[in-house]
Amino acid sequence: MNNLMRIDGLSTHFFTEDGEVKAVDDVSFRVREGETVCIVGESGCGKSVTAMSIMGLVESPGGKVTSGSIEFQGEDLLQLDKHTLRSMRGHELAMIFQEPMSSLNPVIKIGEQIMEPLRVHLKLNKKEARAKAIELISQVGISRPEQIADSYPHELSGGMLQRIMIAIAISCGPKLLIADEPTTALDVTIQAQILDMLRQFKADSGMSILLITHDLGVVAEMADYVIVMYSGKIVEEGEVVELFSNPKHPYTRGLLKSKPVINQRQEELYSIPGQVPNPLELAPSCYFHDRCEHCMPVCRSKQPVLQDVGNGQKVSCWLYEEALIHA
Amino acid sequence: MPETLLEVNHLKKYFPITKGLLNRTVGQVKAVDDISIRLQPGETFGLVGESGSGKSTVGRTILRLTEKTAGEVKFKGVDIHTLPPEELRGLRPKMQLIFQDPYSSLNPRVRVGDAIGEALLDHGLCSRSDVRDLVLETLESCGLSSYHIDRFPHEFSGGQRQRIGIARALILNPELIIADEPVSALDVSIQAQIINLFSKLQQSRGLTYLFISHDLSVVEHLCTTIGVMYLGSMVETASRDELFRHPLHPYTKALLSAVPIPIPKLKRERIVLKGDIPSPANPPSGCKFHTRCPFAEEVCRSQVPVFRDAGGGHFVACHLV
Repeated sequence: MNNLMRIDGLSTHFFTEDGEVKAVDDVSFRVREGETVCIVGESGCGKSVTAMSIMGLVESPGGKVTSGSIEFQGEDLLQLDKHTLRSMRGHELAMIFQEPMSSLNPVIKIGEQIMEPLRVHLKLNKKEARAKAIELISQVGISRPEQIADSYPHELSGGMLQRIMIAIAISCGPKLLIADEPTTALDVTIQAQILDMLRQFKADSGMSILLITHDLGVVAEMADYVIVMYSGKIVEEGEVVELFSNPKHPYTRGLLKSKPVINQRQEELYSIPGQVPNPLELAPSCYFHDRCEHCMPVCRSKQPVLQDVGNGQKVSCWLYEEALIHA
Repeated sequence: MPETLLEVNHLKKYFPITKGLLNRTVGQVKAVDDISIRLQPGETFGLVGESGSGKSTVGRTILRLTEKTAGEVKFKGVDIHTLPPEELRGLRPKMQLIFQDPYSSLNPRVRVGDAIGEALLDHGLCSRSDVRDLVLETLESCGLSSYHIDRFPHEFSGGQRQRIGIARALILNPELIIADEPVSALDVSIQAQIINLFSKLQQSRGLTYLFISHDLSVVEHLCTTIGVMYLGSMVETASRDELFRHPLHPYTKALLSAVPIPIPKLKRERIVLKGDIPSPANPPSGCKFHTRCPFAEEVCRSQVPVFRDAGGGHFVACHLV
């Protein structure tokens, strides 16, 4: 599989009154053609900011991509001028967000919102765009598409709005779909429908998906490749089966153990002690050290490097660094 | 058999739909439609359902935070909904509520210690001089530290705020805690901490919980008995093991099969439900689930199924079971 996107040394920082927050700190990964990559992590780990950086949506002033490159089909998105980037967004690069209710314009009819990218990017005329919009609405599994096209967002349920968001995102045949917590606000039965649909579109069109989620169940269901982030850094990455069956980083292991799983009830649930560090107070160290049961002196003073540990898995942890030195 | 702590019989809560200048009532939203629950001391009852199923309204109506439409709620044999306000107030400390959103349930200008101790003083359960000690003790049993007492809510993370919410309820020494989605807004690692805190407090203080949640995996972990709600009605109630091993109602089966399991490439049979949950203002006829049920037959469209014992205390409302 060829690389569709390659991110190298991406850092996105926010400048606040209290200091500089390294929301994304030297992150590198790639997304291959037709692959689903999941970024998993808890609030504040930088997974959404990574997505925003790719789309060029980091708010400025305040935030800034300070270094790195995002190569998409051979072009560095960070070097593109506004105009070119705009022609790619919603066309080759599409994104869906967590809150479908707040991502659609409440005073514009659904049909017109779907028609907008079709007219701008594909240069369809009004009639063609409307026909295509209606086709898209039925494609995302909504009945009475013509009636829906003429309704406003408040008339639809959350699940239906998320389908509309997906319809808009896939309307111009994107190469990469970035989905930021697309099912978090939805009920499980609706979540199952939406995930099924994303899988179906991916199989039909061969697009790649970058899925951002905090739900390990969703990751297991959707991902080919998984990236685990913590405090702005990648702590572990690997093929989905390998990562779930043989997690290496203590954080990944802790996360997997602390999620209750249906029909695998245990008397006591494992929990990771403490909480994520304050992003303003990060010193050179493993950011997970004060919550880690394997913490060693070196973890407190030096940052581990993400490195290959075999089986296509990479981990950033001193435990494995030591093992490599002694081997 | 110990005394029943909470008994809810045929509870109904309808909200009127009004229209026009004169606020004429043109319809009703049957948010809670004939729900019965029994809770023994020390038990944890899990109430599950999707958004709009009425599970939060059940919790609020039990505590009489909204007035019921019909039915009765008995707490240790006393009907809460017919008590005069003064007597109800005396009973309030024994029944506490914990909310979902720890961000909006704390006053940003009140110090955490004052927020926790407030209700004790209000109810006259403790003198002003003893409050601080009790607050400190409660903070500690909720996993917070003594130096937190004089801080403001914005200085805490989501998980810590939920601990504060728990401490506020706990300090009154309640017997029943109704927890409405208490871990839904939290990250996985913090969620596990709070779930364990709930278990620990139950063991040390003999608490009884009514745990309202949409997350079946959390409910399986914490609850001894589980009720599944759909559009204001209970569709199935059973003990934890029974419900998770032998779900009877098609809706319960679909819910269970829709929960993503963190095991990649796991092959399992999934019942994907079509469509959305219908509007509770205009629920389907017969069995309310028939519009989405993959097994629906003619009888389901016309007749309301009876909520009955399918054997061994496993209650279900379905024509096909």
